[in-house]
Amino acid sequence: MRKGLSSFNLVSAALGLAFLYLPIAILVIYSFNASRLVTVWGGWSLAWYRELLADGAMLESAWVSVRVALVSATAATILGTLAAVALARGGRFRGRLLFTGLLYAPLVMPEVITGLALLLLFVAIGLDRGFWTITIAHTSVTLCFVAVVVESRLLTFDRSLEEAAMDLGAPPLRSFLLVILPLIWPAIAAGFLLAFTLSLDDLVIASFTTGPGATTLPIRIYSEVRLGVKPEINAICTLMIVLVALGVIAAAVLNRGRASRRAEAVDLTAKL
Amino acid sequence: MVERAQPIKPRLGPKRDFAPWADPAASPLVRFERVAKRFGAISAVGRLSLDIFAGEFFALLGPSGCGKTTLLRLLAGFETPDEGRILLEGADLAGMPPYRRPTNMMFQSYALFPHLSVERNIAFGLEQERMPKPQIAARVEEMLALVKLEGFARRKPDRLSGGERQRVALARALAKRPKALLLDEPMAALDKKLRAETQFELIELQAKLGTTFVIVTHDQEEAMILADRMAVMERGRIVQVGTPAEIYEQPSSRYVADFVGDVNLLEGRLTATGASESLVHGNGGVQLRIAQPVDAAPGALVWVALRPEKVRIGLERPTEARENALAGTVVDVGYLGNLSVYKVRLDDGALMTATLSNRTRLVERTIGWNDRVWLSWPPEAAIVLTR
Repeated sequence: MRKGLSSFNLVSAALGLAFLYLPIAILVIYSFNASRLVTVWGGWSLAWYRELLADGAMLESAWVSVRVALVSATAATILGTLAAVALARGGRFRGRLLFTGLLYAPLVMPEVITGLALLLLFVAIGLDRGFWTITIAHTSVTLCFVAVVVESRLLTFDRSLEEAAMDLGAPPLRSFLLVILPLIWPAIAAGFLLAFTLSLDDLVIASFTTGPGATTLPIRIYSEVRLGVKPEINAICTLMIVLVALGVIAAAVLNRGRASRRAEAVDLTAKL
Repeated sequence: MVERAQPIKPRLGPKRDFAPWADPAASPLVRFERVAKRFGAISAVGRLSLDIFAGEFFALLGPSGCGKTTLLRLLAGFETPDEGRILLEGADLAGMPPYRRPTNMMFQSYALFPHLSVERNIAFGLEQERMPKPQIAARVEEMLALVKLEGFARRKPDRLSGGERQRVALARALAKRPKALLLDEPMAALDKKLRAETQFELIELQAKLGTTFVIVTHDQEEAMILADRMAVMERGRIVQVGTPAEIYEQPSSRYVADFVGDVNLLEGRLTATGASESLVHGNGGVQLRIAQPVDAAPGALVWVALRPEKVRIGLERPTEARENALAGTVVDVGYLGNLSVYKVRLDDGALMTATLSNRTRLVERTIGWNDRVWLSWPPEAAIVLTR
């Protein structure tokens, strides 16, 4: 079996991780910088976090982002789960391949094109741009991510579970709610968290579909940085990283808990 | 596979004279009427008719892909027939979804709900029909006692052994008191010893409850042990229906004779047939005498089917005149503890198998490799097959 890492693997891992996380680490460290100059270290301080709390516009944007992310992730989770169920359980309906392709295409679609297309649509139907246009746009973009996560979970479990539920007298909707939903909810939760974080850090699509009074955090940060990087930006970014990391860790712990219980059970039956 | 003494189903007290299929006035519980089912271009079930009676333990037997599971799923409502009708107590089941049918299925994978405890699994079907809570609790307890799983109520399925899971699945399928219990290869996942125990428990349970059981299996021994009657299937069709003894002793074709148990098939031409006896001219030039009329014209190609345990093997030619006898050389001897199996190359080149039960503890056998032997059997031992 494997015995730790070889020195070659260790070096590759260190290089890869450094490449990924060094910039973020610097950003986090500098958010605690006492100096006003971004590039000069002036000792530890929480000054920029205090300043952030006093910055009404930044907090307003953060609140807009969180609301957009919550609403769009909820909508995307519901729609994405329904699409995944249709794909995984619908059998061989006409146009299944086309439907799959259409659902997954946004995964690889350049964001600029998606953003522009959505903007043109909102203009064409005369929808005032603002909170709801961003939310709708984020829903449509993140939906396919939820569908991918949920469908892969659906494909791994025994089809006869649903048949058993139906055989025992539960109509299709009830067997979905009583048997399938409890089994796939970790995947649905993971899909929700994914959609939430994607919405939270999206800049491109939000800038196409935003309007007056609906400046999301990434748009605010981007426009402030163009005028020069304030250490306060580091502070808000650090908070965002913490929020996203908590979400990701929660999803992982949630899935791991189930996996290890299953492994334990397999172990147990092997002993018997 | 080596032939062993075929277990004949033990007739328990109440089932001793049970034979509704022989009563022309009896109406079946389940009736398949020219039912056909295709998947794309493949015909899974082809215009098949079958009656199953209330209280029967009925087995659908056949190799994989013969359509036996499809037939069960048609009855459960998971598939809809392309042609024909399926009747339950005389009423057409067409258009009735699985969740309204008074049948319950035990799945090959057991399909226990992993997020529910044993008792919640068993209660699931009862909760669907909105049975009052105290009644559900009483029924669950009754079912746990029935499958001898008292004390397992609060366990989750992943904390159970394979045999325990199988019992939970059985209890769950029986909890709603279905008109018919459908069992899809229920013992495929159990090891051999546990399977044998479970088979006898299942027979006892069925006799006790009186519920109609329909089981799908590819294991002929299992079908014979369990069933009151069995249907042998081949490529979407039923080739023979009958009691295990009928199927074993009077197979309707070479396919059935070969699928159910081991058989020696001797090709020949029918030379004469009368009311009680027929003569077949075997390929080796020997006249074979069979105590049975044959429904074929003299000169027709027929097969004499003979079970290995009905063949006598000896060093001398039998003296009895009516006895059929063929000479050959022993090419293989297998010792199985309870039986010895002799493979004999006949003088015409055909291979025949004879089994002898080992009645004494003598290790030395009188017949061995390369011995010249006589295989013989009375006219009543064999059967003539025309298909």
